[in-house]
Amino acid sequence: MTATTTAPPEPTKSGFRANGGVRGWFADLPGVARWAFLLLFAVLAYLLPYVGNIPGIGPQIITTGIDWPSALFDMSYFVLLALGLNVVVGFAGLLDLGYVGFFAVGAYSVALLTSPDSILHTKWAWLASVPVGLAVSMVAGLILGWPTLRLRGDYLAIVTLGFAEIIRIVATSTDTLRGDRGFTGVPHPPGSGGGKPIFGVADATPYFWLGLSVIILVILGVRNLDRSRVGRSWLAIREDEEAAEIMGVRTIKYKLWAFAIGAFIGGLGGVMFAGEQGFVNSDTFVLQFSILVLAGVVMGGAGNITGAILGGALVSYIPDRLRGISDPLFHTDLYGFRFAIFGVVIIVIMIFRPQGLIPSRRRAMELRDREKEVAPIE
Amino acid sequence: MSEPHIETPQELDDSDARPVDRAAPTGGGRPPAEPSGAADGDLLLEVDHVTLRFGGVVALNDVSFNLRRGEIFGLIGPNGAGKTTCFNAMTGVYQPTSGAIRFNGRSLVGRKKHEITRGGIARTFQNVRLFPEMTALENVMVGVDAHHKTSVVGALLRLPRHWREERTGRERSMELLRFVGISRRAGEVSRNLSYGEQRRLEIARALATNPTLLCLDEPAAGFNPAEKEDLLQLIRRIRDTGVTILLIEHDMRLVMGVTDRIVVLEFGRKIAEGTPAQVRDDEKVIAAYLGVPTDAA
Amino acid sequence: MNFSGLIHDFGPLTVTGLTQGAIIALFALGYTLVYGVLRLINFAHSEVFLLGTYGCLEMWGLFGLDENSATPSTIAVIGLLVLGLVVAIAASGVTALVVELVAYRPLRRRNAPPLAFLITAIGASLAISESTGVITHRQNKGVPSLIVQKSVFSIGNMHVTNLQLLIITMALVMMFVLDRFINRSRLGRGIRAVAQSPDSAALMGVNKSRVISLVFLLGGLMAGVAAVMYVLKIGTTRFDSGTLLGIQAFSAAVLGGIGNLRGALLGGLLLGLVENYAAEVFGSQWLNAAAFVLLVLTLLVRPTGLLGESLGRARA
Repeated sequence: MTATTTAPPEPTKSGFRANGGVRGWFADLPGVARWAFLLLFAVLAYLLPYVGNIPGIGPQIITTGIDWPSALFDMSYFVLLALGLNVVVGFAGLLDLGYVGFFAVGAYSVALLTSPDSILHTKWAWLASVPVGLAVSMVAGLILGWPTLRLRGDYLAIVTLGFAEIIRIVATSTDTLRGDRGFTGVPHPPGSGGGKPIFGVADATPYFWLGLSVIILVILGVRNLDRSRVGRSWLAIREDEEAAEIMGVRTIKYKLWAFAIGAFIGGLGGVMFAGEQGFVNSDTFVLQFSILVLAGVVMGGAGNITGAILGGALVSYIPDRLRGISDPLFHTDLYGFRFAIFGVVIIVIMIFRPQGLIPSRRRAMELRDREKEVAPIE
Repeated sequence: MSEPHIETPQELDDSDARPVDRAAPTGGGRPPAEPSGAADGDLLLEVDHVTLRFGGVVALNDVSFNLRRGEIFGLIGPNGAGKTTCFNAMTGVYQPTSGAIRFNGRSLVGRKKHEITRGGIARTFQNVRLFPEMTALENVMVGVDAHHKTSVVGALLRLPRHWREERTGRERSMELLRFVGISRRAGEVSRNLSYGEQRRLEIARALATNPTLLCLDEPAAGFNPAEKEDLLQLIRRIRDTGVTILLIEHDMRLVMGVTDRIVVLEFGRKIAEGTPAQVRDDEKVIAAYLGVPTDAA
Repeated sequence: MNFSGLIHDFGPLTVTGLTQGAIIALFALGYTLVYGVLRLINFAHSEVFLLGTYGCLEMWGLFGLDENSATPSTIAVIGLLVLGLVVAIAASGVTALVVELVAYRPLRRRNAPPLAFLITAIGASLAISESTGVITHRQNKGVPSLIVQKSVFSIGNMHVTNLQLLIITMALVMMFVLDRFINRSRLGRGIRAVAQSPDSAALMGVNKSRVISLVFLLGGLMAGVAAVMYVLKIGTTRFDSGTLLGIQAFSAAVLGGIGNLRGALLGGLLLGLVENYAAEVFGSQWLNAAAFVLLVLTLLVRPTGLLGESLGRARA
């Protein structure tokens, strides 16, 4: 702690007081040391595909029912989705239960533009379709956000839930989006090394590295936003929206941005997912998926980036790790239990540790005086 | 509670002589310019035959009065008189059922809350509404942000304006914390501040939005006499920087001691208006507060 | 867009719509009750309903009945219906109580923010529906045909069958009973008191916890009835049957005025009608979208719903 009783303490660079513990120790390190540690973590992350080679615990960590690089890739887009949902739920305090919708929009945009099955017959390369997919996702975020932002929190939740369901219904029942037949032949990201394409079908490792790189960029972006007037506005809105507005915060604008950014990140996950799988159909984008991501955010600790990463990774890693193992009672692959398990996890976390595994420096999801929100009653 | 190093207005008064501009270097915009040639004494806020009904209840009944620039104006009355309702109407939180409220000549009706703040009216709350998990400094910075121009993209990409505005914002916020006397607690999470510190923080935050008119809703509630005296000094110092002040207060000594003019409400109507001396001796006011003896019809 | 079909089949569509709406209305009563008292969207209510469907099906299964069985005699059918109702109500009621006890009560004790309740609610919903899915291997479960649909009366091409009459009557009866209970009984007064002002009610000696449990139980009761009606009409159930119907029921509750019992009935019936008409005009895949569209429209245009929020008054 830097407080003294004589001179006013110089607030730390970011204007807040560091807690004790690991986070405090970390924040007190000189800037160079902090960056060195982060760099080290990043490098270790890139080396994750080789974790299986660690003697002893290596084979315990890696997944058996699914190849390890694919599991890592799964984790990477789950982490991305958790980061995106964290912006909406954790930073801005808007409970979006239909987050998978943006993921779907991103994936379907890519599929529509690139797949030979698509009625558009455009057959673009993957890379060309990515900006379009991202733009469409953002627009979807704005379309969902604009009518819902004046709603009270619980209504917002159910409307976003309905939104995701609508997307799923549209995907399942319209011919354009080809329901569960889906789009095949979605091309992979470009690039070749030594004559063979980098992003092939056999090894998911390059996809994981791509995902990891995207994650790092997203982390930097979100962090920049958090430590700026944008993050302050979000926090103010979360803590007391009416007071924030009275203090001059443009609440609608910042809530919309939260939605748009969340949608963008969701779309990022979607375009990568499409590029890796090569196939997009409606089976993936079920409501339970949205809730699973929410479980990750809540479990990890909403409102902070580290928590979102941890939570996202866990909700992907644990089911994948359980793949291939059958339970004795119902003879179902344990992977099929994942929604049930995390449903219970949500309840347990909310009762015993609502701040999540890695608590935000601020108590997240702080909502005061909900009656004062622009609510249907008024 | 008294801070040994309360700064004097001279510290803030580094540049211009024009009263309102004194709230200087935020590196961003300032409140919209008053009509040129404006000076102390001009009409700042007009309450024009305002009636406000909530369903069947008439909270305000044909109330009219004006605020002049540069004065400290008190709004008093017994409980249930409609002071808070009037206050809320004047700050744009409620819309009048009939009548008009004009600030700088322009109507406040239908304006969004943040527009009103940007237009130059700031307020504090009866039940302190700080952002509890933010530090004192951050609370004030939210107010300073109101006039900043950094866009979301600018913040994302860390453009130069972001750095500039963050720096000036922090400086300005620390200035304001010193001005109200809690700079020592800048890094403390606001819910940990003492009650008196929280109240002063709220004032600092409101001042951060560069208001022309500062509205204080029962700023002395819960204060002991020494704290009230400090508050009185602070209010005077705020006025000296060129901010007009509207005050709701129950404490008569504070109101009589600091205000230039007072309006008294009872049951939603204005029953008296004038200087503290005039109001204090007004029969209707005395009757409103103390009641009428039963033998007087 | 098939407008001619709509006009031609208006009668039958209306009857079907009312029937469906009746089921939705019963389901919506549970949402509206809990919301009116606790300001909480009980997402797990859809699973309360779900377990009611499985409850009565299992009960009928004990008698050796499944979707392939022949229809028993009328006396037996009546007996089975009653039994089915009892079991469904019990299953739904118990589920509702358990959810309240395990998921919500601990949060209430801690004065958790509303967002926490919502998140827990959705977790509970997911946990129950998915566990059911795992246990049933995500297979449909068929319903014995206890009621052979027979036209009871007709007006033009509109035939009203015995089953449809039963369902609509059930909904009206249950609504009436519930309304009476809320308005006339002592316990009902307690509910209204807590709905209006929980703290004052507590000060007046009302046992808040008990009232809340009662509210959940009542909601479960209604859901149990809805469950039986649902399986009789639809003929099948599945681990996710609750979810979509839940969204529809919540939309109906909002449409009618959340917290308002008669609103739930009105909303349910209206939604059933709109869905059927929309399906005829736009195609059946848009049936489910209709509920959502109606919900968004209501919230944007008239957020208090058609009859206004008012469990406190429990009157339109």
